[in-house]
Amino acid sequence: MDSKVRFKLNGEHVTMTADPLRRLIDVLRDDLGLTGTKEGCGEGECGACSVLMDGRLANSCLLPLAAVEGKEIVTIEGFRKTKRFELLKECFTEEGAVQCGFCTPGMVLAAEALLSADPHPNERAVRDGISGNLCRCTGYSSIVAAILAASKRGEGLW
Amino acid sequence: MKDEARIGKPMRRTDFDDKVEGTAVFTADMDLPGMLHAITLRSSAPRAQIARIDLPALPEGYFYVDHRDIPGSNVMPSPILDQPFLAAGRVNYVGEPIMLIVGPDRQVLSDILKDARVHYLEERPVLSIEDAEAATGGFIYADKPYFVSYEYCKGDFERAAEEAAFFIEDEYRTGYQEHAYLETQSMLASFVDGNVTVYGSMQCPYSVKESVQAALRLGPENVRVVQLPTGGGFGGKEDYPSIPAVHAALASMKSGRPVKLVFDRKEDIISTTKRHPCRIRIRSYIGREGTIVARDVDVSTDAGAYAGLSSVVLQRLSFSVCGAYDVENLRVRSRAYATNKCVSGAFRGFGGPQAFFAVEMHTEHIAERLGRDSLALRRSYFLEQGDTSSTGGLLSSPIRLGEIADALEKTSGYSVKRALYSNSAAREKRMEGCPTPLKGIGISMFFHGCGFTGSGEKDTLKAKVKLKKNKDGTVEILASCAEIGQGSQTTLRKIVARALDIPVGMVVHRYPDTGRCPDSGPTVASRSVMIVGRLLMDCALEMKGRWKEEDFEVTRSYTYPEGLCWDNDKFQGNAYPEYSWGGNVVEVEVDPLTFEVKVTGVWGAYDIGEPMDDRIVAGQIDGAVAQGLGYAGMEVLTVEAGRVLQDNLTTYAIPTSVDFPRTVACLIPNPYKEGPFGAKGLGELPLVGVAPAFAAAVGQAIGKRILRLPVTPEYIMRLMEEEAEDGF
Ligand code: FES
Ligand code: FES
Repeated sequence: MDSKVRFKLNGEHVTMTADPLRRLIDVLRDDLGLTGTKEGCGEGECGACSVLMDGRLANSCLLPLAAVEGKEIVTIEGFRKTKRFELLKECFTEEGAVQCGFCTPGMVLAAEALLSADPHPNERAVRDGISGNLCRCTGYSSIVAAILAASKRGEGLW
Repeated sequence: MKDEARIGKPMRRTDFDDKVEGTAVFTADMDLPGMLHAITLRSSAPRAQIARIDLPALPEGYFYVDHRDIPGSNVMPSPILDQPFLAAGRVNYVGEPIMLIVGPDRQVLSDILKDARVHYLEERPVLSIEDAEAATGGFIYADKPYFVSYEYCKGDFERAAEEAAFFIEDEYRTGYQEHAYLETQSMLASFVDGNVTVYGSMQCPYSVKESVQAALRLGPENVRVVQLPTGGGFGGKEDYPSIPAVHAALASMKSGRPVKLVFDRKEDIISTTKRHPCRIRIRSYIGREGTIVARDVDVSTDAGAYAGLSSVVLQRLSFSVCGAYDVENLRVRSRAYATNKCVSGAFRGFGGPQAFFAVEMHTEHIAERLGRDSLALRRSYFLEQGDTSSTGGLLSSPIRLGEIADALEKTSGYSVKRALYSNSAAREKRMEGCPTPLKGIGISMFFHGCGFTGSGEKDTLKAKVKLKKNKDGTVEILASCAEIGQGSQTTLRKIVARALDIPVGMVVHRYPDTGRCPDSGPTVASRSVMIVGRLLMDCALEMKGRWKEEDFEVTRSYTYPEGLCWDNDKFQGNAYPEYSWGGNVVEVEVDPLTFEVKVTGVWGAYDIGEPMDDRIVAGQIDGAVAQGLGYAGMEVLTVEAGRVLQDNLTTYAIPTSVDFPRTVACLIPNPYKEGPFGAKGLGELPLVGVAPAFAAAVGQAIGKRILRLPVTPEYIMRLMEEEAEDGF
C-alpha cells in the first residue's frame, strides 16, 4: 500500500506517494534521478549509499522511505552546492583521494558529518569517522589526509 | 632536472570533478528510453546435470533468456575454450549462470526468480587440488584433472641437486582473494536493427566486443563497446565482464529494448573470478659451502570450474616463483587443477603474490637454517644487470635491488629492529603470561614483469593506437585503455602533452569506444603506461614534426624491442620485456592473548623507472599495499562443499580506514629506455610483496614459521599450540 511521506531533500520540501517500505536509495536513484548516491552492497556495509539525515551519516540502502518522514535528507547533489563541499573537493584533489570514484560521494558526506561533529579531529578521529565507508582503491591514507587538510583550512566553516 | 620541469610533478586528475560531485555516470546510473532490467538464475549445485527447470508464467512484457537464445557460439573466447555463457544442460559451480529473466520492474524480477525451480541430477564434485590429484576419472575438463601443466629448467638441475650436501624444503598454501571492487559487475546493452552497443564497467573493451560478436554471431562492424566510469577492477573486470555483456546483449536482442544488468553484491562474490588459491612446494639444494646451488619448485593452483585465464596466471606465477635471486640451477613444474568452484582468474599481481609469498618465506627459512641474517642472505643472491632470469632471458637493464634494500633500511630501521625483536630472553619473558605485545618485523624483495607474458605483446595483442590532431589545435588520444581509477586518462595525456610540448588541457582522452578507438590491448599487466604510453609518445613525436598540418592522424603499432627473444614451447628467453622491482618492510605487534595482529609500520621502495605523476603513483602504492595487507592477514574466503561462505562485505571483510597505518614509500629512479620518458609498470608491483613481509614479521613475533595465507588469529593460535620444536 502506498502512503504519503513528507521530508526535506536538499533544502526543498518533497512529498512522495510510494510504498513506505521502499528503500530510500531506490527512491533517490530511480524515482528522483539522484544517482550520485551509489549502491555498493545493499546491506549497510560499504557506505557508498551514504546520505545525511538531520546532519548525521546514514546508509540509504537500509532506510525505508517511512523512516525519513519529517527528516532532512542531504545527498551529494545538495551538498555539492556548499562552501564546505568546495573546500573538501580541493583537498581531495590535492591529496589524490579519488581513484575509481565509486566511494567518493559517500566519503565526502562522511567527511562532512565528521567535521560538523568535530571540526578539529586528529588522525585517529578521522579514521574512526570514515570507518563505515569502504574504499578499495586508495588505502584511505589520501582520504584521511584530505579531511585533515580541510579541517585545517576550513576555519569557521564547520 | 628541476622539479618544475619533471613530468612526474602532480596535476589535477582529469577524471576528478565529476567523480567527486557525483555526476560521473556509472553503468547503474545510466538510463535509456524503454530500458528493461535483467536478473540471473544461477546454479545452486556445484556439479550437476540440469534435469528440468520449473518456471512461473511470465506477466506481459517479461522474457526468459537461456542458452537456446544464443544465435552464435555459447563458448567464451579464452585461451582454452570451455566456458559457456549460459549453462546448457549442466553446471560446474555454484553461481554459474543458467538463464536470465528480463522485464521492466526489478522487484517483479526478484519475485519471479524466487519462484523458479531448477531440478538437478547432482554428481560428485571435485572440491580441492587434492581431490583433483586423486581423481582417476570423471574429469571436469577433457581427460585430465588439470587445465594445463608446465615445466621448465635452468642450468643443470639434476646434476646440481645430486651433488648438493642437503636440501631445505617447505610447502606453502595461499587462499582466495576477492576483488571487492566497490562497483559490482554492470552492463547495459542496446540492440537496434542488427547492431548492438554495450556500455559497461570493464577493463578490456575489445575482449567484451569479441565475446559479443561470437555469441550473437555479429560482424565486427555490428558490435560497439563503450567503457563507462568503472568502480574498480583489479583484474576482476579483465575477462569476466564478457559474460554479463553477452547476457545483456542477448536480452536486448530478444526483447527489442535496451537491457541493464547490475549484479548485487552476493552474486558478484559467488559468481565472479578470484585470486587463485595455491599450494607451492619449494626445495632448495645447499652445497657444501652453504650456498644455494639448485631449486626445485612444484606449483599447484586451484583454477575452479573453467580454465579462464588460469594458464597465463600460472605462467606468471611459475616465472616469478624463483624470486629476485640468482640461483644457477632450477626446475619449476606447475599445474592448474580443475575444481567445481568459482573460476579463479586475474587479480592484481596475477600469480605474483602467491609466488613471492612462497619464495620469500622459504628464503627466511633457509637463512634460519644456515644461521645467516635473511637480508644479508638475500643480498648475496640479488639478480644483477647481465644475469639471466629464471627462464634464461638476459637482464640487460640496470637492477637496483641493493639500493632498494638500502632505502628500506634507512626509512624503516629494519636491521636494528630485527635484531631487537629477536632478543629471545625478552620473548620468553613476554611469553610467561605477561601480556605485552609480541613484536616482529619482516622484509621482502620482489619484481613484477611489465606487460604480457612471453611474446604476448608481439604475437597476441599487437597493440595499435591513434593520435588525432583537430583543427582547433586539440589532440585526441584514441586507444582502448580503460580508466578504472588507476589514473591512465591523466597519465597518458601527460605523456602526449609532454612529447608535443603543448599544455595538457589541449589533449583529449575519452572513455574508450571501440567504434572510434583502435585496439591498444587490454587494461592489464601493468602495461598501459609502458606499452601504450610509449606508442602514444611515438605518435606525438611524429605529430610534432608535422604540427603545421591542420588536422591529421598518426597511428602506431607495437614493435618488439630489439634483443628480446622468447620460446613459448620451452619457456626460454625473456619472459617479459622489462621488470619493475621492489621491497617491503612490515612491522607488527601480535597480541599474546587474542593473537590479533596490529600493523605498526609499512615501508616500500620501488623501481618503476620514472614516475609519470607522483600523486597517482603514491595512490597506486597506498591502495595496493592495503590490498596486500588485506590478502596477508584479514581477507578470508572459504568454499565449503562448493559454496562460498563469505558472500557479503560483512563476512568478507576488506580493510577499513582504521586497520593500517600510512605506507612510507620511496622510489628508486631507474629510467627504462623503451618506456615513455623512462616509465615502467606500476599498478601491480606494490601488491606482490606485501604478504611475505607481513608474514615474516608475524613469524618473528611469535617465533614460528608461517606457511600459509591469510595469517589470521586462528591460524596463529594453531601454530602456537603446536609443539615448540616446530618453531625457530
Ligand atoms: S550500499 Fe548501502 S552500505 Fe553499501
Ligand atoms: S576510489 Fe575506488 S573505492 Fe574508493
